[in-house]
Amino acid sequence: MFALVANQKVVRDWPCFGVVLGGSFLPRGGYTVLLFKMQFMLLFSRQGKLRLQKWYVPLSDKEKKKITRELVQTVLARKPKMCSFLEWRDLKIVYKRYASLYFCCAIEDQDNELITLEIIHRYVELLDKYFGSVCELDIIFNFEKAYFILDEFLLGGEAQETSKKNVLKAIEQADLLQEEAETPRSVLEEIGLT
Amino acid sequence: MALRRMPAPIRLRELIRTIRTARTQAEEREMIQKECAAIRSSFREEDNTYRCRNVAKLLYMHMLGYPAHFGQLECLKLIASQKFTDKRIGYLGAMLLLDERQDVHLLMTNCIKNDLNHSTQYVQGLALCTLGCMGSSEMCRDLAGEVEKLLKTSNSYLRKKAALCAVHVIRKVPELMEMFLPATKNLLSEKNHGVLHTSVVLLTEMCERSPDMLAHFRKLVPQLVRILKNLIMSGYSPEHDVSGISDPFLQVRILRLLRILGKGDDDSSEAMNDILAQVATNTETSKNVGNAILYETVLTIMDIKSESGLRVLAINILGRFLLNNDKNIRYVALTSLLKTVQTDHNAVQRHRSTIVDCLKDLDVSIKRRAMELSFALVNGNNIRGMMKELLYFLDSCDPEFKADCASGVFLAAEKYAPSKRWHIDTIMRVLTTAGSYVRDDSVPNLIQLITNSVEMHAYTVQRLYKALLDDISQQPLVQVASWCIGEYGDLLVSGQCEEEEPIQVTEDEVLDVLEGLLVSNLSTPVTRGYALTAIMKLSTRFTSVNRIKKVVSIYGSSIDVELQQRAVEYNALFKKYDHMRPALLERMPIMEKTASNGPTEIVQTNGEAEPSVVEAKHPPPVTQPTNQANDLLDLLGGNDVVPVIQTTVPTKPASAGGELLDLLGDLSLSGGPAPAPATSVPSSQPAFLLDGLTSPPLFNDIAAAGIPPMTAYNKNGLKIDFTFERANPNPNIAVITIHASNSTEADMTDFVFQAAVPKTFQLQLLSPSSNVVPALNQGTVTQVIRVLNPQKQQLRMRIKLTYTHKGSAVQDLAEVNNFPPQSWQ
Repeated sequence: MFALVANQKVVRDWPCFGVVLGGSFLPRGGYTVLLFKMQFMLLFSRQGKLRLQKWYVPLSDKEKKKITRELVQTVLARKPKMCSFLEWRDLKIVYKRYASLYFCCAIEDQDNELITLEIIHRYVELLDKYFGSVCELDIIFNFEKAYFILDEFLLGGEAQETSKKNVLKAIEQADLLQEEAETPRSVLEEIGLT
Repeated sequence: MALRRMPAPIRLRELIRTIRTARTQAEEREMIQKECAAIRSSFREEDNTYRCRNVAKLLYMHMLGYPAHFGQLECLKLIASQKFTDKRIGYLGAMLLLDERQDVHLLMTNCIKNDLNHSTQYVQGLALCTLGCMGSSEMCRDLAGEVEKLLKTSNSYLRKKAALCAVHVIRKVPELMEMFLPATKNLLSEKNHGVLHTSVVLLTEMCERSPDMLAHFRKLVPQLVRILKNLIMSGYSPEHDVSGISDPFLQVRILRLLRILGKGDDDSSEAMNDILAQVATNTETSKNVGNAILYETVLTIMDIKSESGLRVLAINILGRFLLNNDKNIRYVALTSLLKTVQTDHNAVQRHRSTIVDCLKDLDVSIKRRAMELSFALVNGNNIRGMMKELLYFLDSCDPEFKADCASGVFLAAEKYAPSKRWHIDTIMRVLTTAGSYVRDDSVPNLIQLITNSVEMHAYTVQRLYKALLDDISQQPLVQVASWCIGEYGDLLVSGQCEEEEPIQVTEDEVLDVLEGLLVSNLSTPVTRGYALTAIMKLSTRFTSVNRIKKVVSIYGSSIDVELQQRAVEYNALFKKYDHMRPALLERMPIMEKTASNGPTEIVQTNGEAEPSVVEAKHPPPVTQPTNQANDLLDLLGGNDVVPVIQTTVPTKPASAGGELLDLLGDLSLSGGPAPAPATSVPSSQPAFLLDGLTSPPLFNDIAAAGIPPMTAYNKNGLKIDFTFERANPNPNIAVITIHASNSTEADMTDFVFQAAVPKTFQLQLLSPSSNVVPALNQGTVTQVIRVLNPQKQQLRMRIKLTYTHKGSAVQDLAEVNNFPPQSWQ
């Protein structure tokens, strides 16, 4: 149903990919309990390799690792016939597999799981448009771009821009800015002289 | 122009490629370590050119799980750089590597502040994003002003980011919410969807956190309704279209804000009624996106004060969801129905059969919700049908469900059982199919249920016996069965069953089964206890007493201490107390249920779960005082208050612990019923109660030295004063004399004063002087209360007054809390 899956390149190149969106078990640290919030998003392969992690709540590295490990295990254990939602600790996990990648989001109790699926889908569409039929390798080799795109789409766990065109335009402009900022280096500089 | 000592660090993509060629974890680790060393040296050289590249590589390695903390300061340097590339990677690194627990993150604050005011909007954007993602409270406090400024800018690219950044600031430092209020003024007039969306999120946040804000923003309802209407009615907009729906994200957010604004407010709810109906009926449901909007709409309808037609519409949408092929939709429907089943029970009932079908779904989450919802829908009309489905579910479901399902079945059966036989059959079914998963507290509950179904005893014991013959592995079943066989074994062997074909079984066969339980490895120690007691009880019901004696004596030397103790005591019953054996082991009386799911009082006070054991050790308690106590308890409502029992003679306590209140009183009452006398005055009663028999005169009007009198009650012309004195010799007892006077022009006849105190106290009420309170204060009725307060706790009392006044009965309850401290200190 989605271009990613249909595309040859994708089928060839994507190992399993998971995105995990997480919910609200996390220690609050300055937050009061709020019920509509995305707490984190994880992308991982079918072998459980992390490809992207975006955390919208403050946690130590150790805690993040623990959560990631457990959640990846839980989601990978799900059978294909099961629905895209599961309860984990006191969070709701919304996940969807695109080819070999799992996109997983953790949302809080009152949040709308169905619209979260749309958020995930929108992100995948953005990646696809940007990379031109995106595959996992693109995400691996250009992970920083994946982050930049995500940060133009979501901010603090909420959608900041609902127009696909606008997100991509902003990324494009920022990329241009980056290229201009890179002053051309002379050959001598490259090899270490001058 | 110095020569670089080292070659340029390898590029990011090259590193990634290299690392991916590693065939083992060890190989990868080696590569990583090598590269980290190179990066470290490069950092040490303070090399500006390649810092960005190095940090990027570090971030990659960090994602693989390797430590990268030595790059934290480098991120800060990148952020401070003027190059956009540097900033981009620097901020990314900050978000990945820094966290607010470490002080180093505060070093970012100044850079962020500068970047928030940068001339390039993409740099400002980076700063806003970082602040809004991971800003600590301190940073938020420092930078809130900048964010507020940007919230008012006309640049929509920045405005939308500032709005979400403000949301984060408010979450971290709620006190700052006020300062963003002015900037929210025109947010909804924006045409830009990004700004609209983030503004709605900001408004939602503020309304959720502050009732004042909520009241303030209610006036936005018409505007929100208009925006939503435009989204629905407007034609195709390529920029925001998702499968034919215009900006579903914004629609959902507006619906959510409407929910918050409409909750509990009639006017707002009415203002949004039409648009909700419109969204509910016009939204395309073929794709997930349409259903997402419908879902949010349903949630909103159910939460606000919507008219009933709208609510029914919402439930019907959920009903349609249940039939959807997409299991996600079914899941969401079940969750929502579970939330609404209490308030819109009848509407949800209409979808019962669909819900029950979901019990067969393959998905665990759906099954669980369907089960919870099914139990919520059980009522007197559908109990038989529903129970059939639920029992079938119990048979086939995963173990993780069985305990909850079994408990649910028991509860439902208890509430709605159409007949006793059906009830017992249902219990049997649960015990035999899911017996090992049944909760421990079910055993005493079931035993009580069986005891109270007198006409079913023969049938029950027969069925349980047959079940035991099949399978002795499920402990709750075995325990209930043993207990029943012990109680009703005589009915079993006499073949008296009316409900079904009676089976032929001999006493020896029954004893074989029970003895089998004792020796089986499958039986837990608790089960063995049940079995032994059952065998003992049969000694008064069966003729083969010798066999029983033998069994009991064998277990007198059992290793299991519990079993040994019982056996020894039962042995003693055979030897020294044989004359008492029939009385001790006779049939259990009907047990009163004191709590909805707790075991009986008798069981509780002894601290043992097995009423059978209690029975064997103590004679059955006198139930009458308990009934009186229950009446007062019911009336006074609290169960921390122990009622006074006005008794004429002492009753034997049911437990050595004395938790059942028994009082000595030696005067008959004119008002209360007289309980049945017990056989002897127990010597284990606390000494103070005996004081009552030898105390000084009952009618004591003399105020105790130093304790001032008080008015406890004064209503409708009836006034009750308390005067105090200390009892000798026990200073823990306060003696209170009540003086009831009547200022109305008619007498108050049949006057009864009752009192109750909290559990830590004990109270004794002596007889009143009379039960007529004469009119116009012509006389008083006095009565003495003695209160034992060993823990010197603050005295509280609930009193109940009944009398007849001018031909009609009057009753009143009151709390007395104004006791002077000297009365209880």
